[in-house]
Amino acid sequence: MSLEILAVDDSRTMRDMIRLALEPVGFTVHTADDGVHGTEVLEDIDPDVIITDINMPRMDGFGFIDAVRDGNRHRTTPILVLTTEAAPEMKMRARSAGATGWIVKPFDPTKLVKALQMVAG
Amino acid sequence: MSVMDAARPVELLTFKLGDQEYSLDIMSVREIRGWTRATPMPLAPSFVRGVINLRGTVLPVIDLAERLGLQKCGQNSRNVIIVVKCHGHMTGLLVDAVSDIVALQPDEMQDPPDTGTSDTPNVVKALTLIDDRMIRVLDVAQIVTHAESDAA
Amino acid sequence: MTASDPLADIRASFFVECEELLEALQDGLYALEHGTGDGETIHVVFRAVHSIKGGAGAFGLEHLVQFTHQYETALDAVRSDRLAVTPDLLKLFFRAADHLSDIIRSAREEQPFATSISAPLLSELTARVSLEANQEAAEDIDFAPIAVNLDFSEDPLSAKGAQLNHFQISFTPEPELFDTGNDVPHIFAALADLGELDVQCDTSRLPTLHQLAPEAVYLSWSLSLATVVEEAEIASIFEFVEGLCELDISLRVTSDANALGSEPVTSDAMTPSTEPVDAEPQSNPQQSHRDTRQQTVVRVDIERVERLVNLVGELVINQAMLSQSMQSAGISPHSEAMNGLEEFQRLTRDIQDSVMMIRAQPVKSLFQRMSRIVRETSASVSKDVRLITDGETTEVDKTVIERLADPLTHMIRNAVDHGIETPATRLAHGKPEQGEVRLSASHRSGRVVIDVSDDGGGIDRDRVLRTAKDKGLVPPDANLADTEIDNLLFMPGFSTASNLSDLSGRGVGMDVVRTAIHALGGRITINSEPRQGTSFSISLPLTLAVLDGMVVDVSGETLVVPLNVVSETLTLTENNIEMVSPGHWVVRNRNGFLPLLDLSAVLGYRAERADFTDRIALLLTLEDDVGVALVVDEIHDQRQVVIKGLDDSFYRAPGIAAATILGDGQIALILDPADIVAHACSLGAHPPAHHRMEA
Repeated sequence: MSLEILAVDDSRTMRDMIRLALEPVGFTVHTADDGVHGTEVLEDIDPDVIITDINMPRMDGFGFIDAVRDGNRHRTTPILVLTTEAAPEMKMRARSAGATGWIVKPFDPTKLVKALQMVAG
Repeated sequence: MSVMDAARPVELLTFKLGDQEYSLDIMSVREIRGWTRATPMPLAPSFVRGVINLRGTVLPVIDLAERLGLQKCGQNSRNVIIVVKCHGHMTGLLVDAVSDIVALQPDEMQDPPDTGTSDTPNVVKALTLIDDRMIRVLDVAQIVTHAESDAA
Repeated sequence: MTASDPLADIRASFFVECEELLEALQDGLYALEHGTGDGETIHVVFRAVHSIKGGAGAFGLEHLVQFTHQYETALDAVRSDRLAVTPDLLKLFFRAADHLSDIIRSAREEQPFATSISAPLLSELTARVSLEANQEAAEDIDFAPIAVNLDFSEDPLSAKGAQLNHFQISFTPEPELFDTGNDVPHIFAALADLGELDVQCDTSRLPTLHQLAPEAVYLSWSLSLATVVEEAEIASIFEFVEGLCELDISLRVTSDANALGSEPVTSDAMTPSTEPVDAEPQSNPQQSHRDTRQQTVVRVDIERVERLVNLVGELVINQAMLSQSMQSAGISPHSEAMNGLEEFQRLTRDIQDSVMMIRAQPVKSLFQRMSRIVRETSASVSKDVRLITDGETTEVDKTVIERLADPLTHMIRNAVDHGIETPATRLAHGKPEQGEVRLSASHRSGRVVIDVSDDGGGIDRDRVLRTAKDKGLVPPDANLADTEIDNLLFMPGFSTASNLSDLSGRGVGMDVVRTAIHALGGRITINSEPRQGTSFSISLPLTLAVLDGMVVDVSGETLVVPLNVVSETLTLTENNIEMVSPGHWVVRNRNGFLPLLDLSAVLGYRAERADFTDRIALLLTLEDDVGVALVVDEIHDQRQVVIKGLDDSFYRAPGIAAATILGDGQIALILDPADIVAHACSLGAHPPAHHRMEA
């Protein structure tokens, strides 16, 4: 099934990797460079899932999740956090911020697709 | 040595140098333009007329008569520069006047007889007759590529 | 879209990004060092290293991951205020940044890089962190690189176990589960992928409608799943909701897998299909890019830019021709046509500038390389030197920047090695122990000026003069002015170092620097004050496609002399020219005697004159301090000309470097002054003299 994804990451390489992993399986991928840009992009689109990095300039991943959950439009949109840290406290922090789940970088494309399908149905 | 490989007609551009008639394979000709003053190249051999501005590129020009060991081209307004391309390089050939374009069958041309002289470079690759006039068919590559070694 | 390997493209773009991140890293460290940063700076620094690590992991660059991980850990300690920023720590961070750039370069070029080289730095970084936190010292890397496999053909579900497990799952979500964007059907759909799923919903807790609280959760489910997978995989489906629900997974029965039939079981009524997607959506490019901001950087083949530069060159020439012919047609300067032409001229100039700017790059990357040179050089000679840069955003032609790296490296090394005194000497002279090297760039009247200065001891002129005399570079009785002595540094093979350190190798001196600068159409000057320091000033053209030239007339031919070698113009009189021998003349100026070359005769336009009185001469200073005077008929003006290559496969004229097209459409030749001199010498003229050999 085709999903519309918003990927927020300040690393161009990471954005490209996500695109490369998802577009061949038919996903539509939008990207944003940081949290602020992400909220701007969200004004115009209605993605099925949002993927976000944590360490980003201007507005980090936690701030971005807050902003998404505070708004009405994307309150229930699944958000997956991309993190290099598999530490439990990182997961808990992401969850308490309102993240749906997490993907540990570097991600395996198959697992990424599975995770996206799992949270978005 | 066979002059032309294929048995298809060859188109030649004929032109005058003094009172003699010469020709070039039209495939090597890029354009023909009127005479403009060339900027002389310092200390160049006498047949190097200099360089002209051909729409923004610097084109070297050879005085073809002088190159062939004939009398230098008399300068008048009918002088033209035949721009030829050979091995990727563009060169201008200054001639007195362009006459015509003729199509010939390969068998209408014959190898030049060996006159035994080696004073002039071997630039005439064939001879032909048109309306009873002898036309010399020039080898562009010989004219252009051997210029440097002759100059040295 | 194309046949190119997408992963290779991303890899290439990763390394481009690495360059940017390294630059941000350097900037951030610099700001921390100079206290010019703010609270965000350390985060920027951290993120730079962190992002490199992320990309490195994706490409399986294990060594890079290891190093960035340790580096990042140390930065994180600073970020979270567990480690204080000290000058010492910053030095370590700078060295780590330099090392990081080495690792990245070797990774990019796929060169082997011995991990042992990183070991000392790694242990230093580790030591910093373990100093502040005892328990974290032994933290191992939980971040292992996984080279990305983009082959989707492998279906992880197809692995067939021999056994079919029957699980009973009870699941009661809590309200918070929905706050995180998780949803029950998706979880069930994922379970259904694993085998045959039976779902029972328990609605017993559902209240009557008027008692129903909208945000509360009243439902629970009991599921039975027949699957070949293990319990752990089922648990992993609930990973995201762990703690947000009551969950119990228990294995009931195990049976033979074949009993279920070989078809993998798919969904029941409530699960949407999660089959791998068909090709249809293959993403609509317009749509997928519709809402995202365009990349701010466009990568363009340099050949296209060159083509554009050439075309604009044509335009400039064409415009000059047009204005010349309008003038000669006698059109009034106040006419509309002339006004229009003026506007056309302005636009042409603007276009030319803009096109040149495409090739332009800020000198920043170059300057950052120099800060590394300062660090490494000062460390190796045990001096404390800091680099202060200014004008990093000044933009210069890309080619110029590339070709400036070597000369600048050499100058910076010289400044640190020879310019800055030892700490003891500095203290004795009442200077701060730490020396300063300044590197600045600016635009000045259509050229780029790059200054390299130090606050060291200045040039030891006595020693320079003595060395020059010892080496026979100047006559033993020479009495030279200060600036002349300073300029001796540019003479070939000159070296002032009394003991040759490993940095300034024998025979490599400022003459090499000056040759490189000249090759770029630039000039270099030197200025030194005893005890206060030395400064070099390099003046460069903005681009290599145009040349500042002096347009002169020789025997009716127009020629262009590169302006950077013209030191002065002079009208010849009986008083300043002398005949040395028949046909050999010299011009006298402040510096001594220069051989006089009749340009027209050297180029074979006509025979040499017998009398030069009242003629005009250009005094040229060439490489290796060769001075020569060229006689010309007339000087027209100075102007920028577009350089046109000459096809020299046919004939190469001596003394001619290139050509340009003038406003009247005629071609003017651009002189190669050094070649003119060489050619004149071959004709038997007196060899040109070094300026300073005569008093």
